[in-house]
Amino acid sequence: MTARMDKRFADLKAEGRPALITYFMGGDPDYETSLGIMKALPEAGADVIELGMPFSDPMADGPAIQLAGQRALKAGQTLARTLDLAREFRKQDQDTPIVLMGYYNPIYSMGVETFLDAALEAGIDGLIVVDLPPEMDDELCIPAVAKGINFIRLTTPTTDNNRLPRVLQNSSGFVYYVSMNGITGSALPDLSAIASSVNRIKAHTPLPVCVGFGVKTADHARAIGAAADGVVVGSAIVAQIAGSLTKDGKASPDTISAVSTLVRGLATGVRSARLVVAE
Amino acid sequence: MNQPLKPNSFRAGPDEDGRFGIYGGRFVAETLMPLILDLEAEWNKAKTDPAFQAELAHLGTHYIGRPSPLYFAERLTAELGGAKIYFKRDELNHTGSHKINNCIGQILLAKRMGKKRIIAETGAGQHGVASATVAARFGFPCVVYMGATDVERQAPNVFRMKLLGAEVIPVTSGHGTLKDAMNEALRDWVTNVEDTYYIIGTAAGPHPYPEMVREFQSVIGKEAREQMIAAEGRLPDMVVAAVGGGSNAIGLFHPFLDDESVRIVGVEAGGKGLDGEEHCASLTAGRPGVLHGNRTYLLQDSDGQIKEGHSISAGLDYPGIGPEHSWLKDTGRAEYVPIMDDEALEAFQMLTRTEGIIPALEPSHALAEVIKRAPKMGKDEIILMNLCGRGDKDIFTVGKILGMGL
Repeated sequence: MTARMDKRFADLKAEGRPALITYFMGGDPDYETSLGIMKALPEAGADVIELGMPFSDPMADGPAIQLAGQRALKAGQTLARTLDLAREFRKQDQDTPIVLMGYYNPIYSMGVETFLDAALEAGIDGLIVVDLPPEMDDELCIPAVAKGINFIRLTTPTTDNNRLPRVLQNSSGFVYYVSMNGITGSALPDLSAIASSVNRIKAHTPLPVCVGFGVKTADHARAIGAAADGVVVGSAIVAQIAGSLTKDGKASPDTISAVSTLVRGLATGVRSARLVVAE
Repeated sequence: MNQPLKPNSFRAGPDEDGRFGIYGGRFVAETLMPLILDLEAEWNKAKTDPAFQAELAHLGTHYIGRPSPLYFAERLTAELGGAKIYFKRDELNHTGSHKINNCIGQILLAKRMGKKRIIAETGAGQHGVASATVAARFGFPCVVYMGATDVERQAPNVFRMKLLGAEVIPVTSGHGTLKDAMNEALRDWVTNVEDTYYIIGTAAGPHPYPEMVREFQSVIGKEAREQMIAAEGRLPDMVVAAVGGGSNAIGLFHPFLDDESVRIVGVEAGGKGLDGEEHCASLTAGRPGVLHGNRTYLLQDSDGQIKEGHSISAGLDYPGIGPEHSWLKDTGRAEYVPIMDDEALEAFQMLTRTEGIIPALEPSHALAEVIKRAPKMGKDEIILMNLCGRGDKDIFTVGKILGMGL
C-alpha cells in the first residue's frame, strides 16, 4: 500500500533527515540468511528496503550484483520465494516500506496480474523495474499503480528537462536518481553535480528524490544526504555480504552482522547529513 | 489492440512503438532511452535521405562486393533428385558473411550521429570481424565483446579482429557465449552512452534495431528476388535460411513476405536435441519473454530465468530470436524447424564435396533442412537458400569433431 511509503517520507521530513534506502539481493547467499539480513536492516537504521529480484541477465548491473544474483539463483531463489521473504518480514515489521527491484522477465513470466496480487498480499509498497522505461508503461506501471503499488522510476544524467515530465508522469513513491551513467557499483560521481541534478528534478516533481549508484561509506551517505531526500546503497551492501562468505560461497556466522555493521555506519551518515548543511 | 489474424501486408511492421504484434518494443534502462530515441530519429531521416542511400549503395558495390551471385547448385540438385536448389552467395561478401551488410549501414549512422567509439557483441565472430572491419575503414576505435567460450572456439576470427585494430574483450559471466557478450556490451553502452555507438549484429534488441538491421539486410532478399526472376522467370517456391538472432533470415525473407506462393522456412539450431537442454531452438521450444530490449520467444525456465543455449555453431548460440520472426511464427507466415548438430555437420561435408563450397556451420543448418525437403519436392520446384557465411572459421571445430588433427 502506498500509504506506508508516503508516511515514511513524511516522518523523515519532519525529523529533518534523508532516508537510508538499502538494497540487497533476495536469496543471497540463501533464503534463510537473506531473510535474516532483511529482518536486521530496520534495526540497523534502514528506512526503506529495496529487495532485489534475481535475474539471469542483469544488463544494468555491475559485477557485485551480478554475482549476488547468481548466488541467489544457484541457491534456488525464484520470484515466488522473493515474495515469501517480504511476507515473512511483514510478520515482524509493518512500517518499513519494501520496494522490489529487478528486471521484467520473471514478472512477465509469472503474469502481471498474478504478480501484482501476490506482491500486494506480501506487503510490497513499490516496484523498480530497470528495463521498463515510460514508453512501456502499459506493461506493468499502469496496472501496478491501479492496484495501489508505487512505480518508482529511475532518472539518469541522460534524462534531460524535455524528457523528465514523461519519466515522472506515472511515477510515485519517490524518484530514484541514478547519479551517473553506468552500471551499479561504479565509482562515486561529482557531488556538486548531484546537488544541481537533484534540484533540477525537484523543479518537476513534489516526490522525494533519492540518489544512488556509488555510495559506499558513511561519508558518501552524509554528503549525498545533504542534497537529497534519500540515499540508496546497494553494491556496497552486496559486496559486504560477498566478503563475509566462506570459501565455497556459503553464509558464515558473521554474514548478517557484517551487513548490520555497515548499515549502522551508513545510518550515522544520513543522520548527520543535514547537520553538515547547517554548519 | 487486436492483432488481425491475417494482416493486409506482412511487410508493414513494426508500428511506431517498434512492435510486431506483441513482439519487439523498447525494454531498456532509462539511461539508454534518450539515445534509443535519438537513434530512431536519425535512422528515420537516413532511410529517406538519397545521399545516405547512395553512399550505402556505393559501399555495397565497391567495398562489400554486391550484388552477391545467385548460384544454381547443379550437382547438389542432381544428387538430391528433387527441387532445383539455388544459393544466394552472401558468403562471398567481404569478411565472409552477410554481417557486413548491416555493419556498413550502422557505421554510416554512427558517423552521422557524431559518435566517437564503436562497440559490438559477437558469437561466431563474424559480426565482430565485420564491425572491426567497418571501424577500421571509417577510423573508429572498436571494442568487441565476445563470450570466453566463443573466444576459444573461434580463434581465427579473434585474430582477425585484433589485426583490424579492435580490442576483443572475453566475457566470462554466464556461460561465456553470445547472450553474455550482449549483456556486457549493453553494460558498456550504459556507461559510455554519450560517445559510443552500439552496432547490434542481429535483427533483435530495442526498437529501432530490429527494423534497421532488417532494412540493411533486406538487400539479400531484394537482389535474390530479382536474380531469381532473371534466371527462372519466376519466384522460388520456398526460401530457407538459418536463424540464430535471425538477421540473414529476415534479410532474405522480408522481400518475399507478401508473395503468397513462396513458402518461408527458418532453421533453428536443434543442438543435441530438443528433449534436453542443449539446443537453441527458441521458436520451437521457447515461449515469449523480455530480454535485451525486446519481447520475443526465449528459452527460459518456469521462473523466467533465461537458459543458456547450445549449438555446434557459435553464431546460432543465442537463447532468443529477432521479434519479427516471433511474429511471423505466430501469424503462420513462416515456419521454423530445428536441425541437430550432427545433421548440420553432414550437410557441411556434403556441400563441400558436391559443390566445392565450404559453408559456415550456421547456413549448414539451413542446408540440412534443404537436404531433407528437396527430394520430396518436384523437379520443377525451386528452393532458394541463403548461404550466409563461409566455413573457413569453422574448419578447426569441424576438424576436431571429425578427428582430423589440424
